[in-house]
Amino acid sequence: MPNDTAAPPTSSQTGSNATQVRVVLPGPLLRLFPGSERELVVSAATVTELLDVLDARWPGMRDRLCDSRPAIRKHINIFVDGRSASLETPLPPGAEVFILTAMSGG
Amino acid sequence: MSERTGLVLATKKGVFVLEGDAERRNWKLSGPFCEAWPINHAVADPKTGTIYAGGGNEWFGPAVWKSEDRGKSWSHSSEGLAYAEGKDPISAVWSLAAANGSLYAGVCPAGLFRSDDGGITWSHISGLQDHPTRPDWQPGGAGLILHTILPHPEDEKQLWVGMSAVGVFHTADGGASWEPRNAGTRNDYFPEDQRYPVFGQCVHSIAIAPGTTDRLYQQNHCGMYVSDNGGIEWRSIEAGLPSSFGFPAAAHPRDPDTLYLFPLNGDSVGRYAPDGKAAVWRSRDGGASWQDLRAGLPQENAYLTVLRQAMATDSADPAGIYFGTTSGAVYASADEGESWHCIAEHLPLISSVETFAYDA
Repeated sequence: MPNDTAAPPTSSQTGSNATQVRVVLPGPLLRLFPGSERELVVSAATVTELLDVLDARWPGMRDRLCDSRPAIRKHINIFVDGRSASLETPLPPGAEVFILTAMSGG
Repeated sequence: MSERTGLVLATKKGVFVLEGDAERRNWKLSGPFCEAWPINHAVADPKTGTIYAGGGNEWFGPAVWKSEDRGKSWSHSSEGLAYAEGKDPISAVWSLAAANGSLYAGVCPAGLFRSDDGGITWSHISGLQDHPTRPDWQPGGAGLILHTILPHPEDEKQLWVGMSAVGVFHTADGGASWEPRNAGTRNDYFPEDQRYPVFGQCVHSIAIAPGTTDRLYQQNHCGMYVSDNGGIEWRSIEAGLPSSFGFPAAAHPRDPDTLYLFPLNGDSVGRYAPDGKAAVWRSRDGGASWQDLRAGLPQENAYLTVLRQAMATDSADPAGIYFGTTSGAVYASADEGESWHCIAEHLPLISSVETFAYDA
């Protein structure tokens, strides 16, 4: 299955304006992808590029965070330097990106 | 080694597996699996024993989970399990069927996908979404879901699907084209002179009679039916039942005339076991007459509901019958329904019960 054939981490470079950003992933997502890391530094210029980087490392992760509209899933929040982001949001150099699950369920 | 029966349960909070002893009397429960995701349907491929579980998580969307070791380890994928950009995204997988080396998945909003590599990647069978009636499909209570996939037992190009509240559709060309097969089934919620439409019926479940290629049974929101020509025409077999409303219909593993139901008291008065007394109803004559089976089932204050995929038969002789309730109990009969006992309780809401055989 895609999620258990993760490629070894590499220094990813995706796009000419890619910058280094720090990303923090939510615990429930980590449990779906054995070997994934809670915090990592990647090169990406937008949220979309960041999701591509994550998907390259842990195949299938993009699908868990983003749907086919395409858009960030309704109950997933991505904050870039404290502000709620969309797929198109640019990532400034040194940005902190928090990917969080929304409060939901039953 | 001896062959034993196992059950795979889909629940609102993950998958559970029950493994029976040789007498099908004592059962060992394991789970919850699949990170306690809401799972709508879980099946075991009869050829390989691989368990597949389909559902959708509020945070992470739809996926099909897979275990090749009866639940000990799991992986998941949704690669290709998506509509085109701009369409309403898939919220959850609702039904699975393994047949002829392929795995089929029915989803919400209603559509059908196929995997030819054991659930690793998926492709959309777009003929159903492209059907000319598609713009007029209306959702049922659980949404616009494709909840039943019934492969033809001999012809791999033929499939029936059940969608709510759309009806039964059939393909003879592997899914490229489809035709509605609802003649004779009614919709009590349409105007009086329009109650037998071409589509728009609320099919709850369909089952094929064993050893046949064309006898289908259908529990509908509005009635119980049988067809002897693959769903081209249906006729009512609800006379003698306590209610025309229920969800599951489970065929006997060998006798085409034997069928099991769990009728509920009605769609607008609670949808639980009539009078709070649990009973499975069995026909031995293709629906001409019905018998209630109650021995061992609770007969007082039992406001049980059994959902559409939550009743199954095994392949043993005598046949075992199993059902799971929305209140998290599983009941089993190892004697074709004559007597019952509870084999699990206090589980989450049970969406589906399916059987598998394994060597012990």
